[in-house]
Amino acid sequence: MKGSHLIAGAVILAVLIAVPPFLKNYGIYLFSYWLVFVIATMGLNLTIGYAGQKSLGHAAFFGIGAYTVAILMKAGFSFWFGLPVAMLGCFAIGLALGFPALRVQTIYLAFATLGFNTAVWLVMRNEEWLTGGTFGINNIGRPGLFGVDLGSALPYYYFVLGMTVLLGALLWKLLASPWGKAFTALRDNPIRAESLGVNIQAYTLLSFAIGAVYAGIAGALFASLVDFIEPAPFTVGVSIMMYLMVVVGGAGYFFGPLLGSAVGVLLPEWLRFAQGWYLFVFGTAVVMLMLWLPDGLLSIPDRLKARRQARQASAARTAAAAQLGEVQR
Amino acid sequence: MTGPVLRVTDLRKAYGAIRAVDGVSFEVMPGEIFGVIGPNGSGKTTMFNSVLGQIAPDAGRIELNGRDITGLSPLALNQRGVGRTFQSLQVFGKMSVRDNLLVAAQEHQGSMWSRIFAPGDSGLGAKADALIDQFRIRHVADKKAGELSYGQQKLVDIAMAFMSEPDLVLLDEPCAGVNPSLVGGISTLLKALNRTRSTGHKASSFVVIEHNMDFVMDLCHRILVMVEGRVMAIGTPAEIRANKQVLDAYLGN
Repeated sequence: MKGSHLIAGAVILAVLIAVPPFLKNYGIYLFSYWLVFVIATMGLNLTIGYAGQKSLGHAAFFGIGAYTVAILMKAGFSFWFGLPVAMLGCFAIGLALGFPALRVQTIYLAFATLGFNTAVWLVMRNEEWLTGGTFGINNIGRPGLFGVDLGSALPYYYFVLGMTVLLGALLWKLLASPWGKAFTALRDNPIRAESLGVNIQAYTLLSFAIGAVYAGIAGALFASLVDFIEPAPFTVGVSIMMYLMVVVGGAGYFFGPLLGSAVGVLLPEWLRFAQGWYLFVFGTAVVMLMLWLPDGLLSIPDRLKARRQARQASAARTAAAAQLGEVQR
Repeated sequence: MTGPVLRVTDLRKAYGAIRAVDGVSFEVMPGEIFGVIGPNGSGKTTMFNSVLGQIAPDAGRIELNGRDITGLSPLALNQRGVGRTFQSLQVFGKMSVRDNLLVAAQEHQGSMWSRIFAPGDSGLGAKADALIDQFRIRHVADKKAGELSYGQQKLVDIAMAFMSEPDLVLLDEPCAGVNPSLVGGISTLLKALNRTRSTGHKASSFVVIEHNMDFVMDLCHRILVMVEGRVMAIGTPAEIRANKQVLDAYLGN
């Protein structure tokens, strides 16, 4: 299991390193955009997929990260100061958003987080003195790293890729530690988990807070990538889209966000040929996927394995029955 | 320690006009297997859940090794050495059997923060393997718990309660829905676990709710008979079998 993950990761990384130099600027931009959503949905996958907390407020953290960095950079601070501030802010607000989850679950929790997203979005739209309102903030600029200018598309892409790999490795480490099991126990059966000493309140809050930090980092990278932010990319609709990405890729599968974000970010681009029909095609594809693969694209290998095992078990049973028949004869 | 592991004094819990638990008192001694029997609706599970912090009792006092634990949360109780199983199956379905056992004790290893940097098995691998062998679930150890048969899941469920080596384990109907041949197996396992722990440094005691009379009479050192929220009798299996009141109310026909 672990080995196959490592090989998959290495192959994906090789493709992500090798392909973009052959793309035009817009293609590189799309790849960067995709990876930004991979980072955001990696965090959401922890909250939803591993810890089982239904959150529809993830885009708010994405926005808080983006605005924090944008506002600080416009005020003359470095990106490298803005990023940790955004992370800390998202961690604190993520902890706070976790508190409703201690009282309500499932769809009620989803609505509570959705309300939070709407409130944050209204602040972004209405508090013009801080956020520029609907006019947004432009000319945000990009950071440098160890003297390398990340201003043009390809260097910035590799920077985002590096961040994705780093954050992916950290998440992998976290999930492989006892914390990963505690999160899964919380998701599968909170009452039993608590009776075994799992501090379900602490893990619930932390699943929100850590997920929020990932969204905040993604938002910071997003602000620098697009150079101009306004409230539209941080609406409830985007939160729902991020939730969809996690589910489509496979909630609770480590590489789920990579696939899910590809479906959410890259697929619409490839469907451009369909023009006016694009949303229809996209919507139909999602409906089909939910019907046949409710556990997401990455559940396919598990399904095939389960089918093979069922076939083997059934063959073994038939053989055993035949043997029994011979003995009786 | 010579005092009781668990002392319940005058426990009361009412739901409206119904006195589900109406002044129950008993003591469980170190190393003792203490059975609780009674007809359906006699208040066994309400008593259990009050002791385990799942519901708040109206009155009464619960002590663990002489310390007041009345009203503590299930989490706090587990941290103080109380393990339990539930009436229905409660395994973590999408985790492997081995991971189910590991997660059942990992929170007792170090602090929450130190566990981020701990190995995945929290150093509990050998202990999990020992229980896996003792419960004869080696062949399914790497399977997801949710994919096992009911009986196998029941074994995992019970094994989980023992991973953190609790002083006191409360088992709510360990034989419910289990086929007769496995009932004997569970009895043997519980006796073995009780013996190994009793001879160790810390004594371990069990409280068992069960409807299977043969199982209870064979396994338990003493038995409490609950009827309509009250204690009808407490005694050894032989005493309970000979108690005319119990025979009339519950055992006999």
